[in-house]
Amino acid sequence: MAKDKNKNNSPAQPKKRFFNVEKRFGYTMHEMWNHKISYGLIAPFYILFITFSLLPLIASAALSFFYWNVLEAPVFNGWTNYVYLFVDDALFLKALSNTLYYAIIVGPVAYILSYFLAWFINQVPDKIRPIYTLAFYAPSLTSSVAMAVVWSVMFSNDSAGYLNSLLMNLGLISEPILWTTDVDWIMPVGIIVALWSSLGTGFLSFVAAFRGVDRELYDAAAVDGITSRFQRLLYVDIPQTMPQMLFAAVLQITSALSVGATLAGHPTPEDAGLTIMLHLGDYSGQRFEVGYASAIAVVLSLLIIGLGRIAFKILADKE
Amino acid sequence: MFQVDVDYLKKAKKRKDYAGRVILVFLTIGGLVFLLPLVYLVCTAFKPPEELFLYPPRFFVSNPTFDNFKQLTMVTANSLVPFTRYLFNTVLITVAYIFCLVWITTMACYPLSKHKFPGKNGLFKLVTTALMFVSAAAGIPLYLIITSLHIDNTYLVYILPGLASPTVLFLMKQFMDQVPNEIFEAGKIDGASEWKLYTEIALPLLKNAQATAVILTFSGIWNESATSTTYIYKEQLRTLGFFMSTIGGGVARQGVAGVAALIMTFPSIIIFVIQQSRVMDTMAHSGIK
Repeated sequence: MAKDKNKNNSPAQPKKRFFNVEKRFGYTMHEMWNHKISYGLIAPFYILFITFSLLPLIASAALSFFYWNVLEAPVFNGWTNYVYLFVDDALFLKALSNTLYYAIIVGPVAYILSYFLAWFINQVPDKIRPIYTLAFYAPSLTSSVAMAVVWSVMFSNDSAGYLNSLLMNLGLISEPILWTTDVDWIMPVGIIVALWSSLGTGFLSFVAAFRGVDRELYDAAAVDGITSRFQRLLYVDIPQTMPQMLFAAVLQITSALSVGATLAGHPTPEDAGLTIMLHLGDYSGQRFEVGYASAIAVVLSLLIIGLGRIAFKILADKE
Repeated sequence: MFQVDVDYLKKAKKRKDYAGRVILVFLTIGGLVFLLPLVYLVCTAFKPPEELFLYPPRFFVSNPTFDNFKQLTMVTANSLVPFTRYLFNTVLITVAYIFCLVWITTMACYPLSKHKFPGKNGLFKLVTTALMFVSAAAGIPLYLIITSLHIDNTYLVYILPGLASPTVLFLMKQFMDQVPNEIFEAGKIDGASEWKLYTEIALPLLKNAQATAVILTFSGIWNESATSTTYIYKEQLRTLGFFMSTIGGGVARQGVAGVAALIMTFPSIIIFVIQQSRVMDTMAHSGIK
C-alpha cells in the first residue's frame, strides 16, 4: 500500500512534551499536536463538509424517527415512519419501482457504454482522440433545464414533433405517440434522455485510464502471443483499469438512484414518472412532513451505500 | 527464438487493421448521434420564426438570423433587474466558487496524501463514502443550517454549501499520491515550512488537477438556479441560470429559449475544449485502490 510508504514527518526530538507519551491516549494527542499544521490545512474542507453535507444527513437520520411538521416541536414516533413507508404508502412503492426500473437500465447501460466508448476512443490515433472525447462528453456538460428546449420538441406529443413526424413518415406508426403523457412511454423517454447525457466523470476517468496504461505492457503481452486488441482488452486493459472501474461504478450508482424529474416533469399521469427523490420532495417541500421525508432519504441513502459497498466488494483491489 | 517473436510482431503491425477501421466508423456515427441534440440547439437559436413552426418540422436552419438574440434582449429589457446584473452575479459566483474550491481542496489533499497523522485514514474514508451521498435528500436540515447561519439571501449561499466536493478532493488526493514523497522531503531538508511546501511545491504540481476541478464544477455553478429559488428573495442577487429558467420554453418562445440554452451551455464546452489534455492527466489516477 502506497500510504504506508509515507514518511512520518514529525521531528525526531520534540522540544516540549505536552502529553504523557507513554500512554496510548497521550501518544495520540502528542502526535496530533505535532501535526497541527496538517489539521489546519484540511480544516476548511472538513468544516464545510461537515456543516453542509454530513450534518444534514445525520440530522435526517435522526429526524426519520420523529413526526415533525416544522411548525411544532418534533414528536418521537419510533419506527412508525418506516413501517408506513413500506406497508401503507403505495406511492412510495411505485416510486421505488420506477426508480429501480430507471436505475437498472440507466446504471449498467451508461456504465458499459462509458467503458467501451472510452476503450474505442483509445483505439483511434492520438490526434483525433480529443474530438471524439468531446463529442461524447459534451452532452453531460449541458444542464437538463437548458436542454428541455431541445427534448420537448423532439418528443413533442403531436404529429409536428420530430420523432412522431419521422416515425409517421416512415409508416411505422399511424398516430402520434404521446411521449410525455402516455404512462408506458414516460420512463423510457426519460431513460433515453438520461443516457444521452450520462457519459460524465466516469467516462472521462475511463478515457484517461486507458491512455495511462503502460505501452510496455502491450509489448510484454505481445511476446506472450497476445496481439489482437480484444485479447489485449481482456488481459491488459481491464486489469489495469480496475481502480477507475470502481470509481465510475460508485458515481454511476449514486447518480442513477438519485434521479429526479424526467422529461415528463412532475407530477405525471398515474405517477408513471414518480421517483424516490420526487416523492421525498413532495413530503419535505409540499407537505412539510419532515420526519417522513427523512425516512425516505435514509432508505435511499442506505440503498445507494449498500450497492456501493457491493461494488467495492467486487471491484476493489484485494491485495 | 527471440528473433522469431520480433518477426511476428512486425508482421502483426503490417497487417491491415480492419477492426480499427470498424471502430473508427462506429465512433464517428456514434459521435454524430450524440452531437445531434447540440446541433439542433444551435439551429434553433438561429432559426427565424417561420422556420420554427414549419410542418413537417425541419432539423437544420436554412436562413439563419439573429432575430432570436434580438428578441432575448427585448425580453431581458423587461426583466425586474437589468440583464447584466444576472450575468454579473453568475460570473462573480462562478469565479469565487471555483477559486475557493480549488484552494480548499488542494490544501486538504496535500496532508491527506503526504502526511501521517492520527485519523487520516478515517477522514479519507469519509470522503470516499461521501461520493455516495445525495445531498438533495437532506434538503430541510440543510435549509435550517443555512438559515441559522444567516447566509441565506447573500452571495455566500451560492458558494459555501457546495464548496466541499468529495469527488474533487478524491481526484486530487489520488493525483497527489502519484507525486513522489522525496520531492517534499528534499524541500523539508532545505528548511521550507509546511505552508511553503504547499504553495511552492504542491500547488504547481497540482496544476492539471486544478484544471480538472474547474471542468467538473463549472457547468454546475454556471447553471445554478435552484439556490436562487430556495434561498434568495432579492432579485438583485439572483443568477443568470435562474433568469433563463423563467423565460421558459413553450412553443411561442422556442427560439428565445434556444438562445438562452446556448448561452448557458457553451461556456462549459469551451472550457472543456481548452483544458481537455490537462484533465486527462489527472483522471488517469482517478481509481479507488
